[in-house]
Amino acid sequence: MSPIVEISNVRKKFLGTPVLDGVTLKIEAGDRIAMLGPNGAGKTTLVRSMLGFYHLDGGTIRVLGRDPVRERVEVLKAIGFIPQLPPPVKLSIDELLMYVERSSGVAAEAIVAQAGRMDLDLKAHASKPFFKLSGGMKQKLLIAIALARRSRLFVFDEPTASLDPKARELFYRLLTELDYDYSAIYITHRLEELEGLVNRKVYMELGKVVEDEPITA
Amino acid sequence: MKNLLLVAYLDIRESLRSKWFYVYAVVFGGLMGLFFITGITDSVVMGFTGLSRLLLVFMQVTIIILPIFILITTVKSISADRESNILEYMLSFPISLRDYYWGKFLGRFVTVFVPVIGALILGIGWGVLKGAAIPWAMVSLYSALIFALCIVFLGIAFFISTTVKSHDMALGIAFMTWIVLLAFIDVALIGLMMQNRVSDGVIITIAMLNPMEAFRIGAIALFDPELTVIGPVAYYLLDSLGHTLLMLYAVFYPIVLGIVFALLGYTLFRRKDLL
Repeated sequence: MSPIVEISNVRKKFLGTPVLDGVTLKIEAGDRIAMLGPNGAGKTTLVRSMLGFYHLDGGTIRVLGRDPVRERVEVLKAIGFIPQLPPPVKLSIDELLMYVERSSGVAAEAIVAQAGRMDLDLKAHASKPFFKLSGGMKQKLLIAIALARRSRLFVFDEPTASLDPKARELFYRLLTELDYDYSAIYITHRLEELEGLVNRKVYMELGKVVEDEPITA
Repeated sequence: MKNLLLVAYLDIRESLRSKWFYVYAVVFGGLMGLFFITGITDSVVMGFTGLSRLLLVFMQVTIIILPIFILITTVKSISADRESNILEYMLSFPISLRDYYWGKFLGRFVTVFVPVIGALILGIGWGVLKGAAIPWAMVSLYSALIFALCIVFLGIAFFISTTVKSHDMALGIAFMTWIVLLAFIDVALIGLMMQNRVSDGVIITIAMLNPMEAFRIGAIALFDPELTVIGPVAYYLLDSLGHTLLMLYAVFYPIVLGIVFALLGYTLFRRKDLL
């Protein structure tokens, strides 16, 4: 069976500074990875490259056998993404749900239901611009959207950064309740929070993978 | 196509809620109102009065205001979204770059074109209520010229927006573009001519390349078919091209230029890093 993601000797520089320096990584179906490392290690650049945002200086990335830049639509159908901080999207909640529904084929009701499980009543805020929600509410909505998409691969870039402890618990509980085989990458600085959710940890430093090992329960 | 229209629709909805759109609509609508209040329709210049006179003044103001409004409000559509990570999130969904870029372009075109044309229609409606005859040829030409001006400055704005990563830099470049094009309508060209530093051919070429000059020539040609009042460049162009070709140039050159800039912007959007 081919891997979900295959990263081979990937190199990327920004203004002459290497940010990814020969990264090689394979993510198999069912892998749930905690991606760790100090700020500037290249974690976010690596996942953004998987999402097709960057043209690589060298090496290749294949997601489900496809090039994320050239075949971005097909690749992104398989990925659910939660950014580190909720962006100040000016669309209303209704409009954002329409964007997600039409582009990703996920029913708005599924997102509303998922949000409800995160204690977020979307119907009460339907006409409100997204950026006017509180930080926690925004993040809950992004989580609800990602989970409702039932993606084969989740990319979570510090998804709980703006959540209170109760919401964090809820998020982790929802992940454990997902009833299908998915892969995931969690960029995090707090491995202990992901206990039971991840089965592998990858440590990056100065644009390289310096540690990659399974986590046993 | 479905996603392109989705992006365009959502961009229009977003613009309709924004403050810049209200200012923009009020400025153009207000201008028309102001022209009536100040009695422009009753004044006579070069033998023109009534609606024709009103439309001419409207076009003269449009040439100054419309480009800067379009540039300033549009350059942020990609660059500011990139800077605030909106682009990162919105493009993490399975939507092609073609649909996203051209959807934004289409949405922004509707929001900048409709208020200006709306103001033009408002002026005509007002004139009709006062018993004036509608100058159909003029209305058609001016609609085409406004369309062309919107396309060219949207194209330039999208090109700047995709080229420059910082929103502040994009705003600065947009402002500089407007100043340079405005200066090369008259002030700089007359200066160059008077100093005899460059040949007449270069000056005429610079004038012809300037889409604001094309707009201005097209707008005034109906009133002054000899183009004697707007300077030697326009007069030379009329003499060389003839009236029909000059009008076609005034309408189609900015459209082609706008499309070229928009295509360049799209190529950069696809080929450069998105973030």
